[in-house]
Amino acid sequence: MVNLGVKIGKTSFKNPVMTASGTFGNGSEFDDFFDVNRLGGILLKGTTLEPREGNPYPRMAETPSGMLNSVGLQNKGIDYFEKNIYPKVSEYKTNVIVNVNGNYIEEYVALASRVNKLDKIAAIEVNISCPNVKMGGMAFGTNPASAREVTKAVRDVYDKTLIVKLSPNVTNIVEFARIAEEEGADSISLINTLLGMAVDVKTLRPSLSTITGGLSGPAVKPVALRMVWQVAKAVSIPVIGIGGIMDSNDAIEFIAAGATAIQTGTASFIDPMASIKILEGIEEYLTLNGFNDIKDLIGYINRK
Amino acid sequence: MTKSVRNFHLIDNKRIKKDFFLLELSSDLPLPNILPGQFVHVRVDESRETFLRRPFSVHDVDYKRNSLKLLIQIAGKGTSVLAEKKTGETISLVCPLGNSFSLPESKDRTLLIGGGCGVAPLLFLAKYLKSHSRNFDILMGFRNKDRIIEYEEYRSLARVYIATEDGSEGEKGFVTQHSLFEQDKYSRIYCCGPDAMMKAVGKYAIRNQIHCEVSLENLMGCGFGVCLCCVVSTVDGNVCSCTEGPVFNINRLKW
Repeated sequence: MVNLGVKIGKTSFKNPVMTASGTFGNGSEFDDFFDVNRLGGILLKGTTLEPREGNPYPRMAETPSGMLNSVGLQNKGIDYFEKNIYPKVSEYKTNVIVNVNGNYIEEYVALASRVNKLDKIAAIEVNISCPNVKMGGMAFGTNPASAREVTKAVRDVYDKTLIVKLSPNVTNIVEFARIAEEEGADSISLINTLLGMAVDVKTLRPSLSTITGGLSGPAVKPVALRMVWQVAKAVSIPVIGIGGIMDSNDAIEFIAAGATAIQTGTASFIDPMASIKILEGIEEYLTLNGFNDIKDLIGYINRK
Repeated sequence: MTKSVRNFHLIDNKRIKKDFFLLELSSDLPLPNILPGQFVHVRVDESRETFLRRPFSVHDVDYKRNSLKLLIQIAGKGTSVLAEKKTGETISLVCPLGNSFSLPESKDRTLLIGGGCGVAPLLFLAKYLKSHSRNFDILMGFRNKDRIIEYEEYRSLARVYIATEDGSEGEKGFVTQHSLFEQDKYSRIYCCGPDAMMKAVGKYAIRNQIHCEVSLENLMGCGFGVCLCCVVSTVDGNVCSCTEGPVFNINRLKW
């Protein structure tokens, strides 16, 4: 048996496969397809203090090897979450992680304090990288002083595992990773989507109602992998790799480049079973290649 | 109705008109129970050019043959690739997805309205209504005679009325201008077609206080409620048309 377990902050994961926030609903949408408990963890749809309707339709465009979205954090807010979603996700026998977003630092703090009281939530992922909201989101993740302030403020009120999700829409990703580490983050997850756009040549209108949106899918993978590699070398806290992971080979690339764990995203839209297939594929790869422990693969390319 | 991802075999691919084709797909496993109005999410191929699935409403189901039919209009890259698929090829489907048209009361007189490729789900719906001994007619609208989809099978189930924009077959004009509406005898309308047509039908239904359900065709990412891309604005806010639809009561939509 291969040991797939990894530790991030104060949280133990039975394997390194998680599902990216905003691509996995609240988990139950996948119950028909596979046993969600087999995953290392699930990241729930991004939550805000107040309910959000998100951006107008159309919010999605297919692009070569990828897709653009401008959902804009549609969710029912933390009150609804506590009352209706938390009781359900508490039943899961895997790590449930809440992704939080705010327009102001005070909102991140308020959310983090409330999530801190929820026993069954293993960790929090602070989203300072959503490209689809007018205020907050990526604005925090592309300004070093704001990134520092948010991380510090959340750390002050949140005791459990704190993950900061970074935006790739910066010149020097390492600077942001170091800031998160300095301010007490337990882990860094990256990348959120890359800002992009598309034009419909039939109507000569932008494909998205918001004109720009976030690019995900295989198109972003080389960029994501490069950033994960840079960050993993620069910080000593665990890094969670995200960005166009479609199969287990993609996942292994991220782990070998330094990621302690990975999140699958867009892949689940095309194949709802993708995350579980990736988990099986990683295990098979390790066995076939003589690894007894996933930890021996983490950052493999950075050794020697 | 458990959703699953499974491979189907293409057993027939028939070109109907210049830009319409009919796929028949069979499964080695028994089909799940599928309701009229539900859709399947089709993986076009392994190409990353068309890497998102495409949603198509179910045109017909044959439980004895474990097969289902999809009536598709060529509209872009994905449908062009599907149109060229050969018998024997394997195609991955996620199914069944979405909600369905409701079953009318026995006393209801129902009109099914389809525009262009929007007639696709109405065949399966008509068979369903027939099997429940419901009273219904069918009205189809097309641009012109050349665009009409063969409707013999529909005619075996109900009276079929045709409207064409240029009057080359049936009555001239849009479906909402058809003389059927002068008789004002329907208590329920089910509609699938272009947005403009469904909006016009919806307006008529609201004005005349007729129960009306429409089937939307929004762009979709996942098809099962996790990407939140296919939303439609309703009195309850933005909701996913893949899980709370594709069939909506017109009163719920903010059109």
